[in-house]
Amino acid sequence: MRPSSEAELAEAVAGAKGPLLVRGGGTRTLGHAVGEVLETGGLSGVQLYEPGALTLVVQAGTPLAEVQAVLAGERQRLAFEVPDLRGLLGREGVSTIGGVLAANASGPRRVQVGAARDAALGVRYVDGTGTVVKNGGRVMKNVTGYDLVKLMAGSRGTLGVLTEVSFKVQAVPEAEATLVVEGLGDAAGLAALRSALGSPFDVSGAARNAGRSLIRVEGMAGSVAYRIGQLRDRAGGDVTVVNGEASAALWRAVRDVVPLQGKPGEVWRIATLPTAAAGIVAGLEAQALWDWGGGLIWLLLDPGRGAEVAAAVAGKGHATLVKGQGGPVFPPESPEVTALVAGLKAKFDPRGILNRGMMG
Amino acid sequence: MDMPAPDLGVISRKGRIVARLRAVLPADAVIDAPEELRAYECDALTAYRCPPLAAVLPRSTEEVSRVLRVCWEEGVPVVPRGSGTSLAGGAMPTADSVILGVARMNAVIETDYDNRFIRVQSGRTNLSVSGAVEADGFFYAPDPSSQLACAIAGNIAMNSGGAHCLKYGVTTNNLLGVTLVKMDGTVVTLGGPWGEPSGLDLLGVVCGSEGQLGVVTEAWLRILPKPEGARPVLVGFNSNEVAGACVSNIIKAGILPVAIEFMDRPCIRATEAFAKAGYPDCEALLIIEVEGSEAEIAEQLARIKQIALAHDPVEFREAADEDQAKRIWLGRKSAFGAMGQINDYMCLDGTIPVSSLPHVLKRIGEMSVEFGLDVGNVFHAGDGNMHPLILFNANTPGDLEKCEAFGAEILKLCVEVGGCLTGEHGVGIEKRDLMSVQFAPADMEAQMRVKDVFDPKWLLNPAKVFPLGASARRRAG
Repeated sequence: MRPSSEAELAEAVAGAKGPLLVRGGGTRTLGHAVGEVLETGGLSGVQLYEPGALTLVVQAGTPLAEVQAVLAGERQRLAFEVPDLRGLLGREGVSTIGGVLAANASGPRRVQVGAARDAALGVRYVDGTGTVVKNGGRVMKNVTGYDLVKLMAGSRGTLGVLTEVSFKVQAVPEAEATLVVEGLGDAAGLAALRSALGSPFDVSGAARNAGRSLIRVEGMAGSVAYRIGQLRDRAGGDVTVVNGEASAALWRAVRDVVPLQGKPGEVWRIATLPTAAAGIVAGLEAQALWDWGGGLIWLLLDPGRGAEVAAAVAGKGHATLVKGQGGPVFPPESPEVTALVAGLKAKFDPRGILNRGMMG
Repeated sequence: MDMPAPDLGVISRKGRIVARLRAVLPADAVIDAPEELRAYECDALTAYRCPPLAAVLPRSTEEVSRVLRVCWEEGVPVVPRGSGTSLAGGAMPTADSVILGVARMNAVIETDYDNRFIRVQSGRTNLSVSGAVEADGFFYAPDPSSQLACAIAGNIAMNSGGAHCLKYGVTTNNLLGVTLVKMDGTVVTLGGPWGEPSGLDLLGVVCGSEGQLGVVTEAWLRILPKPEGARPVLVGFNSNEVAGACVSNIIKAGILPVAIEFMDRPCIRATEAFAKAGYPDCEALLIIEVEGSEAEIAEQLARIKQIALAHDPVEFREAADEDQAKRIWLGRKSAFGAMGQINDYMCLDGTIPVSSLPHVLKRIGEMSVEFGLDVGNVFHAGDGNMHPLILFNANTPGDLEKCEAFGAEILKLCVEVGGCLTGEHGVGIEKRDLMSVQFAPADMEAQMRVKDVFDPKWLLNPAKVFPLGASARRRAG
């Protein structure tokens, strides 16, 4: 099904006879849900864009590329740097803005500006009974009632089908530069990232890829030059500075997990404490890409090592199987949280038809 | 302001309930003497008062859990309280309720600079969180103006903001995880120091839920390295429209000041008479603060000056030194006190799209004449969060009601232009009955279902946030 309006979509959900597989572009879907496909692509278009207020309201099925083009026309962007996981997951298709929020998809700049959920100002969605609900709005500060925007962000369509989303957007800075630090082992290279993040120099990216630690700053040209200079003086190893488009290319590779694309094996995504990052990877002896100063690890592993991964991150974070066969995809929750999640699902989707089984 | 009639059954069992609370808490943690309970009869919304049945001051998550279990078993409503600085009546009790104050839970549990977080007990005050890490060059970003007194627990309950959230975000953007005690006494950990949710973002919905989903006893908070320096400029304009356009153009130019504060003429005059900060006598005034090294500050201010001068300001004042910088902030920081010198005031908190600023200020001015009450506007202009201060005389019969009616009209106007009822203070009891202006029944139903899951008996802070009519069936159990 591909409804062309919110009302049609609500009708489709209300009248559904069985489970529905909610899909934006299907470019970052995880988990094992089954059901009749319900596409949101028919709900497309920018509803409101006020560059002077940094505010965007857009229908959920709008292609991400279209949103980005509209913003670029005013030299603005989505601050949270949406990853394109098609290469990693071997998917075709067109990412939608609703899918981005439903997956809380956030890239390297999360260390500076937060995730998709932090930029989201409002949502409209259709719950599992076919009822249209709105929450939040289009203004940056809003504490009126409960924040269901955060609950919908990252819920992957299991609580409701997003029909409209509002975001706070960001001006594209005039300059960017990346410090490339070579000649350090993983432990020292990750420590260099933490040191940069603990400095007052407003780092907007801190990653480690193929033996190189990458530290990014963005802003006005003079400011970028100053901060890169300060950070260079603090970094150990052999240091070079990369500017402009060459810098951007380095970060696209990190954002889209390019080093692990097209390789056999399973890919795990681990959120952890930056100080635990080197140890986790060393213990598992796997190829890794580190982002968020070590707080995010992308790991390439042979199949069947899920138990080892879980043991390695226990008490230090959590791991999601983003590419692989079988097994639970999302990390287990505590019994108390599991009970709350089950309770919420029963309220939002009493028939259990939305992406049934996707998040456990 | 209506509050539900207290449950006389609960009140008649006061002796037994207090005895059960005493049985699970140290002797000094249970307060039931009427004269001592007066301290808990209201928060910073002082127009409404009601002493609670009892108050408890636990010292640990375990003690909070025991208290809640007793109250859950006895069917006693519980009103969580941080420092009692809510302007919305978020901690206002009813006669059948137990106040659960977290003020004694104020320890720092863990500080981790390498991973940039601090873990504190929730009764710790906002400013003392920054205080704990300041010497090492870090700070906690959300800075509500009550930060000297307000507790992290209340900040989380209301998702508090502050003057600097244009750059750093509000509480929810700086909260990594919590220990939460549900009404039935169950202890739940949501999130953690790594920040990234593992499944549904329950932490995100707990933040801002006004103490209705659980009692937060501990929190992991993001701490940030302090910027090298900061400096404000002051710009005066002869029209609100032009000041609004200037804000918009600064933002469009890609400059991200940490704060853009706006004051209108009534507020400027009141402030000037009180604090004598030397502000120009003009229609609208902006205070814009930027951060960074000396060179970075100069670079940003030069850009801001260029934009501001294109809007024909009556004054553009830079701060040559720390003393001048303080003087620029002096008037703004005295604004509430200055208005309070003139009369009693009610502080509103609606947010509007920045583009609606001139229209909304014009309408507020017209309504001020209609209602016969003066109003001054202080405003976080970068994010559209308004703080109209309506002056009234609490000793004049009918003045409070008139002021509340005026306030309600302003908030309806905020919603009408695409904004919301409250940007950072919360709904509490103050804006509870206006919720239906902003939300359709289905929107509120979705929110109340979340409470059904966390607190099925609706015992936690039950008479807040939702209009009493909308929540009546649930509160009746």
